[in-house]
Amino acid sequence: MFYREAGQFKASYAADQSIFPIAQDRFGVLVILAVAFVFVPLVANEYWLRSILTPFLIFSLAALGLNILTGYAGQLSLGTAGFMAVGAFAAYNLQIRIPEIPFILDFVLAGLIAAAVGILFGLPSLRIKGFYLAVATLAAQFFLEWLFTRVGWFTNYSSSGVITAPPMVMFGFEFSGAQSRYLLTLSIVAVLALAAKNMVRSEIGRAWMAVRDMDVAAEVIGIRLLHTKLLAFAVSSFYCGIAGALWAYVYLGTVEPQAFDIFRSFEILFMIIIGGLGSILGSFLGAAFIVLLPIVLNNVSSIFAGGTLSAHTLSHLELVIFGSLIIFFLIVEPAGLARLWQIAKEKFRLWPFPY
Amino acid sequence: MSQAHKKIGDIMLKVEDISLSFGGVRALSGVSFDVREHEILAIIGPNGAGKSSMLNVINGVYHPQEGAITYKGSTRKQMRPHQAAKQGIARTFQNIALFKGMSTLDNIMTGRLLKMRRNFLWQALYWGPAQKEEIENRMVCEKIIDFLEIQAIRKTPVGRLPYGLQKRVELGRALAMEPDLLLLDEPMAGMNVEEKEDMCRFVLDVNDEFGTTIALIEHDMGVVMDISDRVMVLDYGRKIADGSPDEVRADQEVIDAYLGVSH
Repeated sequence: MFYREAGQFKASYAADQSIFPIAQDRFGVLVILAVAFVFVPLVANEYWLRSILTPFLIFSLAALGLNILTGYAGQLSLGTAGFMAVGAFAAYNLQIRIPEIPFILDFVLAGLIAAAVGILFGLPSLRIKGFYLAVATLAAQFFLEWLFTRVGWFTNYSSSGVITAPPMVMFGFEFSGAQSRYLLTLSIVAVLALAAKNMVRSEIGRAWMAVRDMDVAAEVIGIRLLHTKLLAFAVSSFYCGIAGALWAYVYLGTVEPQAFDIFRSFEILFMIIIGGLGSILGSFLGAAFIVLLPIVLNNVSSIFAGGTLSAHTLSHLELVIFGSLIIFFLIVEPAGLARLWQIAKEKFRLWPFPY
Repeated sequence: MSQAHKKIGDIMLKVEDISLSFGGVRALSGVSFDVREHEILAIIGPNGAGKSSMLNVINGVYHPQEGAITYKGSTRKQMRPHQAAKQGIARTFQNIALFKGMSTLDNIMTGRLLKMRRNFLWQALYWGPAQKEEIENRMVCEKIIDFLEIQAIRKTPVGRLPYGLQKRVELGRALAMEPDLLLLDEPMAGMNVEEKEDMCRFVLDVNDEFGTTIALIEHDMGVVMDISDRVMVLDYGRKIADGSPDEVRADQEVIDAYLGVSH
């Protein structure tokens, strides 16, 4: 009823092409940003900030990266965690070897290095597609994990193979508290999400989607396939690399290469499948689903059945419910949570009338 | 539109002795013809005659084993499709090749891709020159949308559109490239009479208003004889006739190819 664009006329193409053409959306996004930047840090406790919201944001960023590659450009990849590892280890090595560089610039450089690695492993995409490409990117995943485990240089010859992130200091301020780290992550994710949204609604985004939907027609229009696919790999890996650096520095602090194993790649792939392929919002919804739902289930079950069932039964039950919910959502809407939200919005426009 | 007003110019595309085979199957053998500026050339022939293969050779999707193509004075043997696009050759496909996940407007906007100069970093900012460029190209696309009378569906995902409209959107996407040579692969296949008439009108208007040269494949002989300036007939990968619609209609070999001959 309140979500309706009636009466909002566009007099210019600039207004029609703006990022959120409907006033209610603009308002909604501002409210969400205000809550995330001001309200949450004030009220949330350390546990929520450090263990729930920060990993949720980092996962969203990685999912965003994979969504650019798989959801928009249609190139299935199982190497996400490998590219995250490149970001984490690149940021670490840059900082311990050239300490003069401010850490935020380290993150950007780490993202660029991950992008270069992404381009390298994206090269087979010219010749192979679909599941076969997924297998080729699997090689990236295993090779990168092996590289960081076996070659001592990357971990600065640490005997345990574990790296410990140096403190993050900028202008004399150290990002050590849960609040400042949360805000740092949130800022990076917000900026990169905006950039991703802008890319996918511009020419490069249309080129990616054209390659995804019909590559022969895309080439006939003048799209250079290899160039476009490699750019998708580069941008995607840049996002994943920064997510990996954040994962190491902001969330874990100490990292071993096994933190970026194949299961991490699958986890992020599930996020974008559940959230919605080819949707920026879907990346966040999917990450929220995978990260937050187990916690919600945990809290709910301990409230309702805390006394009656044993802890083991309870945790198994949570897994069962989590799995069934995934199946339920995929049956209800295979196109993901983002599509569900879109359908809900269309219903809201007409409510209380059926059509 | 009367034929007398039309100025058919010099040879724009010259196809010489093209032979194309896939393994043992010979799709085209020794086909030569030319396309003149501003004309509408129809390529007809029975199923499997090699018509679509001929278009695919012209815009670089297939690479012929023999022969050469001279386009706007430069001769080439092989070329990638995106290079053909850069030289101003656009095409539509027999089986609709739209980008299903995108809206009508976005599909047509992809046709402007070669006209856009800003790189992806500018686009990530979506500000200043990048935004200006988007809006300028949007204006061109809106003109095409007006021309094709598809204003009402500009924001509809193309997957939801009926067949006839999808064909029209595909024409719009090709027109957005502002091509000099437009290749249409069965633009009216599977349409009802009304849709066919609309499509004929668009093809003639494109030819008339923008001066675009058009080479089209079509099976509806009524349409072919009405709108084309010249007709080329292929049969089993060979050219069997080439001339004005009336000449081709009277050609004994063409009649034999279409109706069959008793031996």
